[in-house]
Amino acid sequence: MGRYVLRRLLLSIPVLFIASILIFGAVRVMPGDICQIVLQIPVPAEEQCNNLRHELKLDKPAVSQYFHWIGGVLTGDFGTSFFSKRPVGGEIQQHMSTTIELAVLSIFFAFASGVPIGVYSALKQDKLADVVLRGLSIGWLSMPSFWVGTMLITFPAKWWGYSPPVGYTHFWNDPLKNLEQLYLPAISLGLALSAILARFTRSAMLEVLRQDYVRTARAKGLRERVVVSEHALKNAMLQVIVHLGLQVAFFLGGTVVLEYLFALPGLGTLLYNSVITKDFPLVQGLVLVFAAIIVITNLAIDLSYAWLDPRVKYT
Amino acid sequence: MTIAADLEVVAQPEFGSTSWLGAVGRAARKNPAGAVAGVVCFLLVILAIAGPSLSPYSPNRIDFALLHAPTFAHPFGTDNLFRDLLSRIIFGARNSLGIGFAAIAVSIALGVGLGLTSGYFGGAWDSLVGGFMDIMFAFPALVLVIFFVTVFGREFATISVAIGLILTPYTTRVVRTATLGVRNLQYIEAATALGSGHLRIMARHVLPNVAAPIIVVASVNIGLAILIEASVSFLGLGVSSDTNPSWGRMLQETRNVWQQAWWTAIIPGAAISVAVLAFNVFGDALRDALDPRLRGSR
Repeated sequence: MGRYVLRRLLLSIPVLFIASILIFGAVRVMPGDICQIVLQIPVPAEEQCNNLRHELKLDKPAVSQYFHWIGGVLTGDFGTSFFSKRPVGGEIQQHMSTTIELAVLSIFFAFASGVPIGVYSALKQDKLADVVLRGLSIGWLSMPSFWVGTMLITFPAKWWGYSPPVGYTHFWNDPLKNLEQLYLPAISLGLALSAILARFTRSAMLEVLRQDYVRTARAKGLRERVVVSEHALKNAMLQVIVHLGLQVAFFLGGTVVLEYLFALPGLGTLLYNSVITKDFPLVQGLVLVFAAIIVITNLAIDLSYAWLDPRVKYT
Repeated sequence: MTIAADLEVVAQPEFGSTSWLGAVGRAARKNPAGAVAGVVCFLLVILAIAGPSLSPYSPNRIDFALLHAPTFAHPFGTDNLFRDLLSRIIFGARNSLGIGFAAIAVSIALGVGLGLTSGYFGGAWDSLVGGFMDIMFAFPALVLVIFFVTVFGREFATISVAIGLILTPYTTRVVRTATLGVRNLQYIEAATALGSGHLRIMARHVLPNVAAPIIVVASVNIGLAILIEASVSFLGLGVSSDTNPSWGRMLQETRNVWQQAWWTAIIPGAAISVAVLAFNVFGDALRDALDPRLRGSR
């Protein structure tokens, strides 16, 4: 187990390393003259430009620029934003908590709704309830999260004059207001994941419920509730967790749209603004952070799987 | 030469030997929802192709009533710039579905190339492709598209390629697995013994036998591609401009009038959902019909 953890950790380092090279390279070929973008004047003076290039170390070869950047990243220095003139690392840190809170809330919502629906669906296999729930879940899966958000913004306001407070308040300042600002985006974002979880849970439960140990548990005279929740669900969740890894990348992308729609100051909004203004240091730092979040999440999923399932021997 | 011809017949079990039409009919009877979805998909494609001649007005005609609720003359109402929503939905189908299909084409081309060769040759090439796919998985789908579009421009082609790249690892994985299942079978060995080159074996013997999973993964991914395109254009980073509508962008353009005019909040999103739903259900039906082993793989 220890060796497996170590090997898995070591394997994710080259992934991030190559990802960082790709990001860096792509940012270098972005169209637009750095000079015009930073100085925000159409025809900047040559001297000003040269000073700026020197200041940003753009007069050095690309390879040394890369090592300068990645060396900084490893020591926590992501460079400086073109426009706010503040450290990129600080900007990212400041916006990170919103995104994490949004993600955690919607994952919570997805599990709380998707897993029970999947279990119920499996227990009522091919009965009316199952058919209806399956139909609903494929419908949810097809609705773009930002459209769900659109309707959650529009119709409560139209019918009951209710709209949650705009913007973002820190949880520690005012927990209730914070949750009121976040529950609508969290539901919009979690709905698709909830549908996916319901589908995964259903198929995993159907498989597990046919296993011998479930029959044994029933034969022992255990109550159905205990059989389902203790014997079947625990094993079914293992399979669900494995499938979840592939969803992380899509899910995290979804936060960008929801933050944009609900005007939440998270990483997605920061990325959107930095892309619009061509704030390269911020763009490359953010994309790298997004990649790191995904790699770490997938690592955590793999490790939790190894930890949860004692049957699996990892070497 | 006759022996080789015989072998090719053997090399195509089930898939090529039963008639396509008969199989489709049987599958449709077994899964009516899938059949309906298939018809809807077909109609959507027709709409995207023949849009200009089907549309009641020009999408950019701006002399209608402002924010008029749906009527007989404007079944989907008008928007905040005096334009007919139905016409814009019809024209928008070209971007929304067109990019979806183009992205699938990209992901199939890359995924089949990489998956087939990595499954067939194995070894270092397989590890290299696998490693590269791991790196692709490390980027959030939408972030990668936004990044790509910023770097290479907001063109139809760049967005299609970006979305296609995101879907490539999924295609590659499926094709590779299917290839692994085929490559040690006897007819491949026979073809090798007959002196066929690697390229010929892959193209003539392996590819036809992994066709079913390829069709399945394409149809399942198309809904995803449409969703991603919609998200990008909702962010205002898509291909469309004011005069070149796309469904995601239409929703964003009416942001300030959603409450005043409920249809502007519903219609574009409903169009996206109907299209994605149709392709999802149709994809599921295809998967069940063509390759039951992949059931529940998404």
